[in-house]
Amino acid sequence: MSLTPEYLKEERNQEWRAELRSKTKNKDRMLISRVKMPELAPEIRVRYQDREVNMGLEPEQAQKEATRCMDCANPTCIEGCPVNINIPKFIKYIEKGEILNAAATLKETNALPAVCGRVCPQEKQCESRCFYVDKLDKQAVAIGHLERFAADFERNSGVSNVPETAKPNGIKVATVGSGPASLSFAGDMVKYGYDVTVFEALHEIGGVLKYGIPEFRLPNSVVDFELENLRKMGVKFETNYIVGRTSSFDDLKEEGYKGFFVASGAGLPRFMEIPGENYNGILSSNEYLTRVNLMGASTSNTDTPVLRGKNVAVIGGGNTAMDSVRTALRLGAERAIIIYRRSEAEMPARIEEVHHAKEEGVEFMTLCNPLEYFANEKGRVKGMRLNRMGLGEPDASGRRRPMPIDGSEFELDVDLVVVAVGVSPNPLVPSCLPDLKVTKWGTIVVDEEKMQSSIPDLFAGGDIVRGGATVILAMGDGRRAAENMHQFLQKTSIN
Amino acid sequence: MNKIISKEYFSDKVVKLVVENPLIARSRKPGNFVMLRIGEDGERFPLTIAGADPVKGTITLVVQIMGVSSSKLVALEVGESITDLVGPLGKPTHIEKIGTILAAGGGVGVAPLLPIVEAFKKAGNRVVTVIAARNKDLIILEDEIRKWSDELVVMTDDGSYGRQGLVTAGMEEIIQREKVDECIVIGPAIMMKFASMLTKKYNIPTQASLNSIMVDGTGMCGACRVTVGGKTKFTCVDGPEFDAHQVNFDEMLMRLGGYVQEEKKATEIYSQKL
Ligand SMILES: Cc1cc2nc3c(=O)[nH]c(=O)nc-3n(C[C@H](O)[C@H](O)[C@H](O)COP(=O)(O)OP(=O)(O)OC[C@H]3O[C@@H](n4cnc5c(N)ncnc54)[C@H](O)[C@@H]3O)c2cc1C
Ligand SMILES: Cc1cc2nc3c(=O)[nH]c(=O)nc-3n(C[C@H](O)[C@H](O)[C@H](O)COP(=O)(O)OP(=O)(O)OC[C@H]3O[C@@H](n4cnc5c(N)ncnc54)[C@H](O)[C@@H]3O)c2cc1C
Ligand code: SF4
Ligand code: SF4
Ligand code: FES
Repeated sequence: MSLTPEYLKEERNQEWRAELRSKTKNKDRMLISRVKMPELAPEIRVRYQDREVNMGLEPEQAQKEATRCMDCANPTCIEGCPVNINIPKFIKYIEKGEILNAAATLKETNALPAVCGRVCPQEKQCESRCFYVDKLDKQAVAIGHLERFAADFERNSGVSNVPETAKPNGIKVATVGSGPASLSFAGDMVKYGYDVTVFEALHEIGGVLKYGIPEFRLPNSVVDFELENLRKMGVKFETNYIVGRTSSFDDLKEEGYKGFFVASGAGLPRFMEIPGENYNGILSSNEYLTRVNLMGASTSNTDTPVLRGKNVAVIGGGNTAMDSVRTALRLGAERAIIIYRRSEAEMPARIEEVHHAKEEGVEFMTLCNPLEYFANEKGRVKGMRLNRMGLGEPDASGRRRPMPIDGSEFELDVDLVVVAVGVSPNPLVPSCLPDLKVTKWGTIVVDEEKMQSSIPDLFAGGDIVRGGATVILAMGDGRRAAENMHQFLQKTSIN
Repeated sequence: MNKIISKEYFSDKVVKLVVENPLIARSRKPGNFVMLRIGEDGERFPLTIAGADPVKGTITLVVQIMGVSSSKLVALEVGESITDLVGPLGKPTHIEKIGTILAAGGGVGVAPLLPIVEAFKKAGNRVVTVIAARNKDLIILEDEIRKWSDELVVMTDDGSYGRQGLVTAGMEEIIQREKVDECIVIGPAIMMKFASMLTKKYNIPTQASLNSIMVDGTGMCGACRVTVGGKTKFTCVDGPEFDAHQVNFDEMLMRLGGYVQEEKKATEIYSQKL
């Protein structure tokens, strides 16, 4: 569903909204200060890998925050949301106290609101376009916190609001991977009436939501609840199934699949290729987080081991680096250090994560770059050499280019290093489809509007198309792919 | 799915399992492996597919009991199922008619060697195989390997069976006796290191199948990385077979020891539970 200005206007003119608007003066709305998310105290939370840091808003807090929103005639916030949630509508339902209706509004365009409310970089998306920021130079309405509130309320209410689905049309479609792109695609296709199967290589459904993002930021139970909803709508899940390996695309076509959505992610870790990087105790963030999050290595009853360090260095400045460094603290590190070659202003991580990491005692060594690692006689890393960086002219990405400073080299004692300097697209699917067009970076080429690849019945989205991006962009891709594959399949099945 | 159809002990430590999985049985090729997980608390670990029957829809695994995961697998009874089994993974062995192949297997490495020997033989090569183990009890799959080899040499470290000596001694004798076009070696890392040094001396192209530590087996984590020709490669997606003469075996041996403490502890806890 697209939100045309007319539609938005019509919704906004509904009696209940007009009434709410007239109930409180805008002047008074503006006087309320932004709610603060209740958090677990840093000294407590660093002891638990599985306790969520943000505790969620109380109903009164949510209602008060919702009152701040002015239900703008021209809600620019919506333009900042990649899936165009009808933000004022859901927020006004919260102000009115009809939280389940707020949740239903979210579900109109977002299959995973409890996830997005927690992990979206709101400050760069919806909230960056809020009237408060744009015109008043004040703190934005806490759209993300409110989204989480409504979704959590619904989950805890026991009333599960399974969206309606069209009559089954018997057409089989397959989606490859089970991250957010795939899940939103599956949700929409099952609503259109398709017979949808999600194929996942790992033994768990969820992609990065399960193996990457830690429990203290996104509990697995939240993801599982959303998966249960998809199951109830009729989506089928096959784990331990690598499309292109366990079966080929041709095998699946023979089994009757008419359309494919590839959302296999950007799962391949990059290393820096510097001397000593293969010593024991130096691992990718994917390995570190997978051991802990997917395999449960931090608890004593699982078989998967994880290395613990006293002095842990994490290389990088993105969400992955923050998740790794905060995990290291929770696994007992005395010193957990972020080493990033640019300055803090350029860090791609969500601001909230950087803030939380600092509260927990993470050290930030910005403008520093690793050069080499040293090991003890058993091959376990014991130290590293770095140099300091200065910022030069802006580069192609618009960020100022870090340049090594001569003579600034120094050494640091470390016994565990987590490398979080980015990921590359998963090459598995492209490698088994010679006709599939890919870029020189290995991402799948698609028509940006339709998400259709050079193979007509194959659509793609998420990180395999964008390189490393965000949960919500991946979900937006899934929705667009669903809409366009639906049109494509309707046309081809009529002919 | 993943039901254990039969279980046969080659020795107290080496067990052959036939497992139901029609999709893998249909798509696997020699050299491929699977990742397994036993129970919800289990770890993911790799085993080579030692054989498959696409008609019956089964694959064969040969596992040596090392620590917790291999013990948990072997503890499953016929009729029980493996919790998670995914594959086929890794690049298949490049099989073609080359001439004379010298295949060398050490210990449980003989199991993954079997389908490769079979495939090279079927492709029209002369195949000479050397299998070796510490003692008689650890020699496995002798008859199966013999079936696909033009000649089979069996060696034991202690001389309790076949000829006494290391695998490399048997290999060198053959290399000196006849022209060998290609070698393939599978076994403990240390054995592959010395076998590789030997064939390098004689300039014989050699493939080794590396048994790195793995987590996902799909290229996602980098736990399995090895240095080949000075470049970092991921064993699970770029391998598991590599040009042995380019592999940095010393680094590989070091990395195999990366979790020894943790594994020892896990094994102690597991045996206390039993
Ligand atoms: C540690 C970490 C923290 C992050 N934090 C945030 C955050 O706070 N906010 C945010 O917006 N974004 C964050 N991101 C980025 C975000 O998670 C990704 O952009 C998003 O998950 C991409 O979704 P996707 O659907 O494209 O694929 P993924 O989530 O990557 O899932 C792809 C799945 O496909 C499977 N697969 C691959 N090939 C095959 C195949 N051939 N057959 C079957 N299955 C296959 C993989 O096993 C995987 O499970 C983070 C990423 C990481 C790693
Ligand atoms: C591609 C590939 C194919 C393999 N095929 C087979 C096979 O067909 N049959 C088979 O029995 N084994 C095979 N292995 C090895 C097998 O995966 C390990 O033996 C197994 O993971 C050990 O797990 P564990 O928990 O029982 O022992 P652990 O407790 O993990 O280890 C016990 C001891 O074994 C050592 N060890 C751990 N992992 C390995 C390893 N990968 N290689 C060598 N030593 C190791 C440890 O250092 C430790 O001393 C293969 C490995 C790879 C990478
Ligand atoms: S999905 Fe993300 S961007 Fe959209 S409204 Fe929610 S938090 Fe904002
Ligand atoms: S821009 Fe801000 S104040 Fe206006 S409707 Fe959106 S959230 Fe409310
Ligand atoms: S096992 Fe994880 S990348 Fe190879």
